[in-house]
Amino acid sequence: MPSLPDAAMPDAAALAQRAAAEQAHDPHLADVALKPAFFDWLCRMGDNSLILGHRISEWCGHGPALEEDIAQANTALDLIGQTQMWLGLAAEVEDAGRSADDLAYLRDAMKFRNLKLLELPNGDLAVTLMRQFLFDAFHFELLTALCRSSSPRVAEIAAKALKEVSYHLERSSDLVVRLGDGTEESHARMQAALDKVWPYTGEMFAADGVDEAVAKAGIAPELSELLPLWQRTVAQVLSEATLSQPDRDFAAQKGGKQGRHTEHLGYILAEMQFLQRAYPGASW
Amino acid sequence: MYAQMVKSEGMKSLEEMSPEERAFQERVDRNEKIEPKEWMPEGYRKTLIRQIGQHAHSEIVGQLPEANWITRAPTLERKAILLAKVQDEAGHGLYLYSAAETLGISRDQLTEKLLSGDMKYSSIFNYPTLTWADMGAVGWLVDGAAIMNQVPLQRTSYGPYSRAMIRICKEESFHQRQGYAVMMKMAQGTPEQKEMAQDALNRFWFPALMMFGPSDKDSVHSAQSMAWKIKMNTNDELRQKFVDETVPQAEFLGLTVPDETLRWNEEKGGYDFAEPDWAEFFEVIKGNGPCNEERLGARREAWDNGAWFREGLTAYADKAAARRAASNMAAE
Repeated sequence: MPSLPDAAMPDAAALAQRAAAEQAHDPHLADVALKPAFFDWLCRMGDNSLILGHRISEWCGHGPALEEDIAQANTALDLIGQTQMWLGLAAEVEDAGRSADDLAYLRDAMKFRNLKLLELPNGDLAVTLMRQFLFDAFHFELLTALCRSSSPRVAEIAAKALKEVSYHLERSSDLVVRLGDGTEESHARMQAALDKVWPYTGEMFAADGVDEAVAKAGIAPELSELLPLWQRTVAQVLSEATLSQPDRDFAAQKGGKQGRHTEHLGYILAEMQFLQRAYPGASW
Repeated sequence: MYAQMVKSEGMKSLEEMSPEERAFQERVDRNEKIEPKEWMPEGYRKTLIRQIGQHAHSEIVGQLPEANWITRAPTLERKAILLAKVQDEAGHGLYLYSAAETLGISRDQLTEKLLSGDMKYSSIFNYPTLTWADMGAVGWLVDGAAIMNQVPLQRTSYGPYSRAMIRICKEESFHQRQGYAVMMKMAQGTPEQKEMAQDALNRFWFPALMMFGPSDKDSVHSAQSMAWKIKMNTNDELRQKFVDETVPQAEFLGLTVPDETLRWNEEKGGYDFAEPDWAEFFEVIKGNGPCNEERLGARREAWDNGAWFREGLTAYADKAAARRAASNMAAE
């Protein structure tokens, strides 16, 4: 071959298999009764990072300052990486021959399990950052608890993701404070963003049968345990940002976790899945 | 080559130079690096600002054609790779604006010059990316052409520019490899994928050749820049080198370079090839390319829509500084 060195890594699959064989035994992977809930819950984790990662990747090249453009892309990259791990494990648990890519690119909206909050359009940067902060504050507490999961595989992914999400939370809360307490305009935009996305935040803590099953198995925490921790962070940051907590039901908008989404998700999928749908079976 | 048609000041012989100018030229001739606070001719400073600024703008505008496919990348891995790649380009913009700032112009001033059309960016980014294969072709051909110019610029006379180039070249050569990896997948894929790959090569071949700028016989600014070592090779030398390296790579992919006149010339040890359409090049430079309006429009929109964000952060920083000062006063 000419001057470019070989870009392919033929032994990557072998390396991955060897690494997988060395991983700690996870009894939950063979638990047939738990499988549907475990799979569904892993899709929730993976779809959350996929859809939020996708949304913020839309900012790439369009940020208000170079540093911000780079930071957004970094966050999106972290989230896409987490998606590969969560959906990879979901595919393994399902054991039906699907891959993480199959789950991301070949499911329709009703099979997606992400929070509705995360599929909302980016709006101005205020909406993007406020959504990011409210989710990061939840994501951080969830991953912290998942590091103690009874599933070693889940705990390992959580430990890696937590390093990234700690930084996401540090960055988004810092920006919420600075912009909330910045100019009159930045304050007004941040308050409007908060009012807009607030009704979508309660879904993070609304437990259903799936959440209860994984909590009972010791895989994930009770969501109700996370609520006061989230509330404390949110109250502290909003107060420092001179923003007021909206007087609206924070759980008015739900259903994403069960596959009942906003109209926006269909357009995300139409764009994201285009090549896989248009050229079935092709390798990219 | 992200800097095309950079104007430099008129050239003087050593005898015509002032003692300062002569001492400067002798340092350049000895391959000493010139550092920001040292004396330099005004023409050198101005030419460098134009060149580094244009290069920085090209990195930033150059994010757009590839960002166009991030949300449609076909797998999670491809999405992550493309995001990381476009993010690298933003990082290159950052180093280059920082290098330009050492010459006494701010990033905001340079940005305003880009948005007003006062400063240019590389013609290549005014072409559209129409299929996924373009993500391969851009990495392979566009980053490939850029590297031809940027590798020698690692030895350029201006210290901050040279150091930025060293770092940029590491990433760019990785980008070229990832672009080629995309092309390999496409060229070895289904008939539709192969068709996309060939179509991408057809569309990007001549625009990539244009990246080196017009032939040296028409390039009035080369001599002074070469004497100052802010241009290391002529446009034609680099274009020839690019063609000679790229043609075998296209053959390896099983793709056809869209030039019927392409022939190996044993005597010169390189390919004979067709010139790009220079009339098209000048039209694109003037602002009449397929995507000039969209590209500059997207940058203006990002800048204008981000004004409140930048002002908010500045206002907070001022308030925080005032609060710190007040609490220091109270403590004393």
